Amino acid sequence: MTATLLSTDPVLAAFAEEVGESGPIAIVGGRTRWENGGALVDGTRTIAAPSGIVEYIAEEMIVKVRAGTSVAELHASLAERGQVTALPERGGTVGGAVAVGQNGVLRPMRGETRSAVLQVRYVSAEGKIVTGGGPTVKNVSGFDIPRLMTGSLGTLGCIAEVILRTNPMPAQTRWFASNDADPFAVHRSLLAPGPILFDGSTTTVMVFGHAPAVTEDVMMLRTLGTFTECEPPPDATGHRWSLSPRDLQTLDVAAVGAFVAEIGVGIVHASNPQPPTPLAPDVRVIHDRMKAEFDPPGRLNPGRVVGLR
Amino acid sequence: MSILDRLRGGRTAHDVDPLLVELQAALTPERVKMDSAQRSLLGKDASMFEGGVSGPICYPTSTDEVVAIAKIAERHGRAIVPRGAGTGLAGGAIPLGAPVVVAMTKMNAILEIDEENGIAWVEPGVINLDLTRHLTPRGFHYAPDPSSQQVCTIGGNVANNSGGPHCLAYGVTNPHIAALEVVTATGEVLLLGGLDAEPDGYDLRGVFVGSEGTLGITTKIAVRLTKNRPGVRTLLLSFATIRDAANTVSAVIAAGIVPAAMEVMDQKITRAVEHYVHAGYPIDAGAVLLAEVDGAEAGVDIDADRIRELGIANNATEVRLAADETERALLWKGRKTAFGAIAQIAPDYYLHDTVVPRSKLADVLDQIYEIADRHDVLVMNVLHAGDGNLHPLLIFDGREDGVMERIQAAGEEIITASLAAGGVLSGEHGIGVEKQPFMDQLFTSDDLDHQNRLRRAFDPTCRANPGKVLPMGHSCADIQQLRSVPTGVWG
Repeated sequence: MTATLLSTDPVLAAFAEEVGESGPIAIVGGRTRWENGGALVDGTRTIAAPSGIVEYIAEEMIVKVRAGTSVAELHASLAERGQVTALPERGGTVGGAVAVGQNGVLRPMRGETRSAVLQVRYVSAEGKIVTGGGPTVKNVSGFDIPRLMTGSLGTLGCIAEVILRTNPMPAQTRWFASNDADPFAVHRSLLAPGPILFDGSTTTVMVFGHAPAVTEDVMMLRTLGTFTECEPPPDATGHRWSLSPRDLQTLDVAAVGAFVAEIGVGIVHASNPQPPTPLAPDVRVIHDRMKAEFDPPGRLNPGRVVGLR
Repeated sequence: MSILDRLRGGRTAHDVDPLLVELQAALTPERVKMDSAQRSLLGKDASMFEGGVSGPICYPTSTDEVVAIAKIAERHGRAIVPRGAGTGLAGGAIPLGAPVVVAMTKMNAILEIDEENGIAWVEPGVINLDLTRHLTPRGFHYAPDPSSQQVCTIGGNVANNSGGPHCLAYGVTNPHIAALEVVTATGEVLLLGGLDAEPDGYDLRGVFVGSEGTLGITTKIAVRLTKNRPGVRTLLLSFATIRDAANTVSAVIAAGIVPAAMEVMDQKITRAVEHYVHAGYPIDAGAVLLAEVDGAEAGVDIDADRIRELGIANNATEVRLAADETERALLWKGRKTAFGAIAQIAPDYYLHDTVVPRSKLADVLDQIYEIADRHDVLVMNVLHAGDGNLHPLLIFDGREDGVMERIQAAGEEIITASLAAGGVLSGEHGIGVEKQPFMDQLFTSDDLDHQNRLRRAFDPTCRANPGKVLPMGHSCADIQQLRSVPTGVWG
């Protein structure tokens, strides 16, 4: 596909028109993470991104989808061909999931959101349609705009469309729970476990893959504690802490409150918020320059600050 | 002035260049080179491109020394160009405009292996394969495995977001890097990313990886450890045509199998390799597919059997499963020494690197053979077929009159054909200076403008490896006085 052909999509042109060239603007998705990055400045115009799946090529393991499409709708379509993406299923839109950049608890199985975005198309602060990345699963052609946009909370561009990498769904996924297992031993002992969740007493673990491999994992689990098969756990809610995998071994339970920790990953879903950890001053300088380069008038999602936990 | 200096005509390199004097004071005289042999050697990389002209070449041993180099270079208005093992194939490490070359090969320590966090901290000069060898006894390895892994450095891998045969299932370099310590062109030390699950802020770590030294110099790297897989099956499938091999690759992916690796070699390269290493490759086959699946021992045969079935359904003439680790190692040795085998055929080769949708592999390969025929150029194809990454090798004798023009013309047509099939310019070698002229075929002017904004946010004065990646006219390098941009760059 040549650069010229890429610019003639009428849906994107209409969206660019809607974004316009001036005035504060924010894109609204499913509002599931609307509070991230602080409050939107009053008087900001809010619009929705276009929606719909543009092209799904299962045998290439890629899907081109408009940002306003719900993740649930996208995943329902992919499921018909036995595939899924890394985007978390939390009731929001594709664009919202990419803009927020967080991962779901299934990250150990499905990979990271930011590694799934192969190409991004967005409307710039100047109202122009910009494309970063490319449609192939492997690509080092130029600077990595998709990674910059993922997790940027819409402060650098209005995300209109992405091409996502899809993954085949494993033959089997099974969940097990134990009240007497060491979750860290589970992480060390299994070759490639799915999520391992620990709430201070119960370890809940998913094993996945071909049936014989799953059976082998289950046998391993049985050597580590009394595991019984269970339903998938409900969505983890509450405040989100980002820690290192090792930090979880010395988790300050008084500080986090009630919690569910993602062992081996470092995310903790907790009743208390994580204390703010400001960016290092030199890194903040690069952030501020990035924002100034991509949004000179400061019109994109004003009030939202990335890196302000 | 000493008598000796007078005899030299009143000038020496050492006392007339204050830049050199300052650099030698900051490091040691032994670790700042200005002799013509070094400058000539480090003016090139492993590509066909004519060497650039380097300024002083520094061999720092610490982050502090890299900071000092950056600040001294800034005071003297000189650019800095980082360099690893020089195995790049796109000219990314070629010095343009007599910059200070910062050779990172002496910063080669494995600093810490942190199994609980699943990472290892390493210095950028660590050699890729050395890291994996170091990790193997602990049950881990470093997943990206470029063909040059015996000599290329992790820092170079970070700069180029390098790939390799096993990146099909495990991904290229970027997802394997948790954090980076980098030094900007103005000498600030930044920690990008982190060991926590979701580091705050814009993904500056993610954009730094693959930026080809244009955002700064990497001084420490937290690489992710990958657990070794106990179960491995390596299959060698033979086909009458490369189209059948390519169709098998598409069929495997369509079946929902993501093997660890799927490599295709055409008949010419298979013969060359077999002659070179005696790996047991079938020399009568039109093409071979080397496929590897790994994971738990218990499940790995299921995928191996399915690949065998899909190969047979796509006209495989023979399917061989490596019987043991020795046979597996031999099959891989054949693949990984493919480029060495070429030396037996002709003294020179030009290795291309484009990506196309997997379903277009067979069509684009047909076009590549036609293009090569038309330009009277010998082409051999070895490709990371699983992710559509083509590596056509144009083989020639550079002493032959007019051959370079034909190689260049054929190469340009191959790139254009790949883009026309919905592909991209590079899968793992990067843009460097090689693909700069093609960037505006893939991106619009606005797209390139935004890439340049990203670059400027890190390096507003454009002193980190200027003149690379972005084409002239879209790069802040335009404001830099590049004293020696090679014209045509064809050597």
